[in-house]
Amino acid sequence: MKWIRQRLDKIKEPFSKGKKYEKFAPAINALDTFLFVPNHTTQKGAHVRDAVDLKRVMITVVIALIPALIFGIWNAGYQYLSQIQEQVGFWEAMGEGAIKVLPMVAVSYAVGLGIEFAFAVFRGHEVNEGYLVTGLLIPMVMPVDIPLWMVAVSVVFAVLIGKEAFGGTGMNILNPALTARAFAFFAYPTYMSGNGVWVSEASELDAVSGETILGKLAAGTDVPYNTMDMFSGLIPGSIAETSTICILAGALLLVLTKVGSWRIIVSGFLGAACMAFIFNLLGGSYPNNDLMNFPWYNHLVIGGLAFGVVFMATDPVSAAQTYKGKWIYGFLIGLFAVMIRIFNPAYPEGIMLAILLMNVFAPTIDHYVIQGNIKKRKKRVKAQVKTAV
Amino acid sequence: MSKDIKVKKGLNLRFKGEAEQTLVEAPRSKTFAIKPPDFHAVVPKLVLKEGAKVQAGEVIFFSKYNEAVKFSSPVSGTIVEVVRGAKRRVLEIVIEADAVNSYKEYGTMSAESSDAEAVKTRIFESGCGAFIKQRPYDIIANPEDAPKAIYISVYNTAPLAADPEFILQDQKAEFQEGIKALKKLTAGKVYLAVNKKSSNLKDIQDVEILNVSGPHPAGNVGVHVHETEPINGGDRVWTVGPEDVAIIGRLFLTGKFDAKRTIAVVGADAKDKKYFRTLLGTNVSALVGEVNESASRIISGDMLTGLRLTNNQFVGFYDNTVTVIPEGNNYRMFGWLPFTYNNIHSMSKTSLSWMFPNKKYDVNTNLNGEERALVVTGEMEEVMPLDVYPMQLLKACMTGDIEKMENLGIYEVIPEDFALVDYVNTSKIEAQEIIRLGLDLMITEVG
Repeated sequence: MKWIRQRLDKIKEPFSKGKKYEKFAPAINALDTFLFVPNHTTQKGAHVRDAVDLKRVMITVVIALIPALIFGIWNAGYQYLSQIQEQVGFWEAMGEGAIKVLPMVAVSYAVGLGIEFAFAVFRGHEVNEGYLVTGLLIPMVMPVDIPLWMVAVSVVFAVLIGKEAFGGTGMNILNPALTARAFAFFAYPTYMSGNGVWVSEASELDAVSGETILGKLAAGTDVPYNTMDMFSGLIPGSIAETSTICILAGALLLVLTKVGSWRIIVSGFLGAACMAFIFNLLGGSYPNNDLMNFPWYNHLVIGGLAFGVVFMATDPVSAAQTYKGKWIYGFLIGLFAVMIRIFNPAYPEGIMLAILLMNVFAPTIDHYVIQGNIKKRKKRVKAQVKTAV
Repeated sequence: MSKDIKVKKGLNLRFKGEAEQTLVEAPRSKTFAIKPPDFHAVVPKLVLKEGAKVQAGEVIFFSKYNEAVKFSSPVSGTIVEVVRGAKRRVLEIVIEADAVNSYKEYGTMSAESSDAEAVKTRIFESGCGAFIKQRPYDIIANPEDAPKAIYISVYNTAPLAADPEFILQDQKAEFQEGIKALKKLTAGKVYLAVNKKSSNLKDIQDVEILNVSGPHPAGNVGVHVHETEPINGGDRVWTVGPEDVAIIGRLFLTGKFDAKRTIAVVGADAKDKKYFRTLLGTNVSALVGEVNESASRIISGDMLTGLRLTNNQFVGFYDNTVTVIPEGNNYRMFGWLPFTYNNIHSMSKTSLSWMFPNKKYDVNTNLNGEERALVVTGEMEEVMPLDVYPMQLLKACMTGDIEKMENLGIYEVIPEDFALVDYVNTSKIEAQEIIRLGLDLMITEVG
């Protein structure tokens, strides 16, 4: 360890203050701090600090994503292979999926981190760790066959317009990963929606069908899956959103470590369940609307709802920041997601738009929650003035 | 009369290096000093020059903008040096102490039977006014104000901090007299916050007792004010440190400015972890000896709010604690991995240290990360017992939005109330500094 430290110090030498490559210090520091927590000591304020830092928090989210990612890779291979052959081996499916998914992850990280490093050098601040999560989320919510260059363009849009234009990490209004997906969704609709994109090669080969459950419901065709299939994730969909069970495993880690807000996760599912239940009740009058008559508990496990509520809605920067605000914010996300699903056949899944919509409204929710606190204070002043008179 | 205050939000920090409860006489320091920077926003106007002889209790400087606010010497001796910093700002007034103190006589006086004006004059002319601090803003009290209430806390919940009850055990009579004097300064109540579980001071007269329980910052005055008479714009409340009340009491009982100071020396790197009886403004080296500064840090005060000292500097005016802890200028390989390095305390559940709530941790001054943008939400609220939105208030202070700061409760807080926010926040934001700057802005803009 000491030897590595000495080598690193030597490499860093030309990047130190007043030296030739001083400007590029944030880039080299970002690499260095991934090996070592730096020897910085407190200079002002409290002399001792908690062991937590932003890297720890972000890595925790990445760990929480891993079950869903691994399942997503396997499922990408399985959904394709199971339609063209009788038997599918585990490693065969993993291999097939990895060939599709890993390049997307690599492209997302390479492009996104490239921009992050460039902005850190340009603005003279340290590289923020947020993109470690964003960079993994982006490929996980894309269809498996999307061309790599589209992933790259979406990443560029998300990081530049979604984040840096607002002032960088911590300032963005919209969740960057969803900004990337929304960009791809509206810029390349043929690659992002319809019946041919959710299983690898489905648009090329007639033998392969690539419809999602929500697509089938909207079109009124039969759904050949039971609730357990939907819960475990053996269904077509965006790469990592299909397996509710893997997502819940990640959610458990997020909630136990308090990295993700349990308030948002619980209220998100609650909102979706409420809305779906209401539609179930109304559904009797519209027997032909499959989406309305789709049982409410099934609504919770299909589509990207779970993935969105657990990993996207809980992004602390774009979510509501007050405890009360988080309840309202999460609830409305679930509510709108199901409402968009059922009412708008052009968008079979509504979670993406619901989260983006609530991202925009999160500051407003917080504003009204905080107004409650301000009002209490003003009332106190008024009461005091009255007694003084 | 008494009232219970039960604090729910907060965090008790348990670290190694407590002081044992034995009181010893500290070796008499050769030099003492009064440090004007201890009195925030006071511009000192010196009365005595270098080389002048001074008696204990004699005024050495007053506030340039309020002559009634005076500051006295804790010892008799000779002023040997006026240390100045940038822009000739006075940093320290160093006094070489005589072997035995000779005091300036103010004459004894019964606080209870004297009228309020005389009590006030006595307190401020003797320099005891410096012990009285004002909220909002955390500055020296202005004698012309009529405070709504006065708060004293003898319950200190800060990590490793001195126990005021132990300090006051042999000064109870003086403490009572000091309270009687303070009672004359306000038309409202004098509140005394004590540890609900055990306190020898529950029988003190002329006060409203607050029985406090809960984790740090339960002992902070800010919490008590908030739970009893929260501060609105224009209000003034005064706060006095526990041992300072006894000094004021002695002024009335003996006629002398007898600034005894009991200091707990704590922290893993302190050699002699005990309570030392000395005088205000003592040289820190008389208490902790020569400390290797590259390996350890000397802090005047507790480790959350204190000020860093070097060898031969002087203990702060209001401090009852001197902390010596290891410097943390070391690297940790892959220290950012969750669930690793569980030997470092963390409130976050990304470390397993929460499983051992009663373990006493080693602690050093490592920042444990780097400063980042504010990302994580909800953690500051967990350690903030006041009914304010900490993150929103910090952001209002950063942007200097005065109306918002007022609305969000800037009058109710001082930097000390954000000490735990400093400690726990993931982004390593300097919350105390931001609040201090925000308060300074309020002083210049609102006053």
